[in-house]
Amino acid sequence: MTTTVVQPPAPPTAPVAHPLAPRNLVAAAVSAYIPLVLAVALVALPLLWMLLSSFKTPSELITTDVRLFPSSLAPDNYVAAAEKVPFLRLFLNSTIVTVVGAAIKVALAICTAYALVFVRFPAKNLIFAGILATLMVPPQVSLLPNYLLVSGLGGADTYWGIILPGLGTGFGTFLLRQHFMTLPMSILEAAEIDGAGHWRRLVNIVVPISAPSIATVALVSIVFEWNDYLWPLVIVSNPEMMTLPVGLTLLVNSESGADAYGLLMAGSVAVIVPVLIVFTALQRYIIAGLTQGAVKD
Amino acid sequence: MSWEDGLAATTRRRFGQRERHDFLVFLALAAPNILLIVAFTYRPVLNNIYFSTLDWTLGAATAVQVGFGNYVEFFTSSDFTQVATVTAVFTAATVGGSMVLGLLVALALHRRMPGSGFARAAVFSPYVLSGVGVGLVWLFIFDPVIGVLAGLLRMIGLPSPQWFNDPSLALAMVIIVYIWKNVGYAAVIYLAGLQAIPQDLREAIALDGAGPWRTFRSLVLPLLSPTTFFLLITSVLSSLQAFDIIRIMTPLGTGTTTLIYEAYLQAFGGYNRAGYSATVSTVLFALLVVLTLVQVLVLERRVHYR
Repeated sequence: MTTTVVQPPAPPTAPVAHPLAPRNLVAAAVSAYIPLVLAVALVALPLLWMLLSSFKTPSELITTDVRLFPSSLAPDNYVAAAEKVPFLRLFLNSTIVTVVGAAIKVALAICTAYALVFVRFPAKNLIFAGILATLMVPPQVSLLPNYLLVSGLGGADTYWGIILPGLGTGFGTFLLRQHFMTLPMSILEAAEIDGAGHWRRLVNIVVPISAPSIATVALVSIVFEWNDYLWPLVIVSNPEMMTLPVGLTLLVNSESGADAYGLLMAGSVAVIVPVLIVFTALQRYIIAGLTQGAVKD
Repeated sequence: MSWEDGLAATTRRRFGQRERHDFLVFLALAAPNILLIVAFTYRPVLNNIYFSTLDWTLGAATAVQVGFGNYVEFFTSSDFTQVATVTAVFTAATVGGSMVLGLLVALALHRRMPGSGFARAAVFSPYVLSGVGVGLVWLFIFDPVIGVLAGLLRMIGLPSPQWFNDPSLALAMVIIVYIWKNVGYAAVIYLAGLQAIPQDLREAIALDGAGPWRTFRSLVLPLLSPTTFFLLITSVLSSLQAFDIIRIMTPLGTGTTTLIYEAYLQAFGGYNRAGYSATVSTVLFALLVVLTLVQVLVLERRVHYR
């Protein structure tokens, strides 16, 4: 792989080239970068393909030649998709469910974690274990009973019906509890002596100094709510109340034939690109949050 | 009553008040979350176990108690062999694939150089994307007629495999997409494991004359074994729960009915068999509990040995 590199007139008898010889540098760069470039390309190319295809006309899509770029950037597929399903409404629904759901989740996680760490109560560890154990109960197992309960209460095709069952949070509580336990007790004790009650200590001290951890929990909750699929799929049947992933399922079902792919790629862009933008801006927090627990022990 | 008794009584009363106050504060802060968890996580698990003993059509007002009837039916039906095989193949292939590839990517990322931070984020990114969106993108790529993969294969004179019609190819397809989406998670976890290996150990073994391969085999891999174990369990747990990609890419489940997809299809896929679906869910739940217990017990042992 380095045979094309022009060699300086080095004596051929030299057993090992100097570590910083051009030949070694090129070899190192090539052998280190090739796997990385390959990995990044494998991730990026399908997403790029999605974005480009979402602008292609049916005739450009139904072709056996591989063509990378669309002939124009007219948003025809987006307009066509909006005629088949209420596209903007889906986007709005997803945004509402994500913002409201994630906000409540974060608030609940902060309060529960504070109570578990700073408020005296019998059998706190047992309660924490009970909350932690929910991490191993997949939402799929609770699907049928929750469907019966929520639809029985009239929650089918409503925002609260989509949001409510996912609000109880084991993950956020766990993550924030671990963080709160590392906070210096002396600050809180000083505040207590100054007469600050629990609420003031929570709002004025604990929350501000825990902003990065809270941001992590918030971002992970946002990503989770936005992508959530199984529960909204089951509880919503009215297209006007669907979230984006569920609406895309409707689009798949109502569209057949090869030219449907343009619409489907437009839909995929709508559900993927917002998360990709948030991830690009705040990837440090998101990766840390999603890999928490693994790295620590 | 001496003044000391009086003081003690006052302290006790004040202490009792403070405790009662803390008790109420705790409830005010933690009860909403706990109640939600009880209502939407604990209650359904128990409910499901009860449902699994019923012969019951979703939406019907009445149900018949059948005891273990659903379990007997599930474990003796021809579907069981099918579901167990698909679940085993899907789990083994996705876990093995994403761990091996994840380790390779982690080794590449571990060499600190310009751009490796970007590469780490890029490789991780599919993990946070909607499984539905990802599934649709790959459905288009895999399309045997107009998909880009078929186009590339045609360039080298090969016909496209019939990904959508052949059940085992459909399974292979969802496995590939699932690995694509999840490999970044394994890579980032492995990378953290690699970075935790002390540099002086690497130098020591290099002084012994070990080349890269021997360093990897007799130093890096053994020291990564806790990471490997953690990843193995968590990846099996999440593969057993994989739904979005399978649902959107293979709506009928031909060749791709894993345990969880079978549970979904039985209740919501047109059969409306609520009791039977609860049985499959309960089997899945039992499997997840056993795996989690294994993890907890093994980790516990490791902590004790340290």
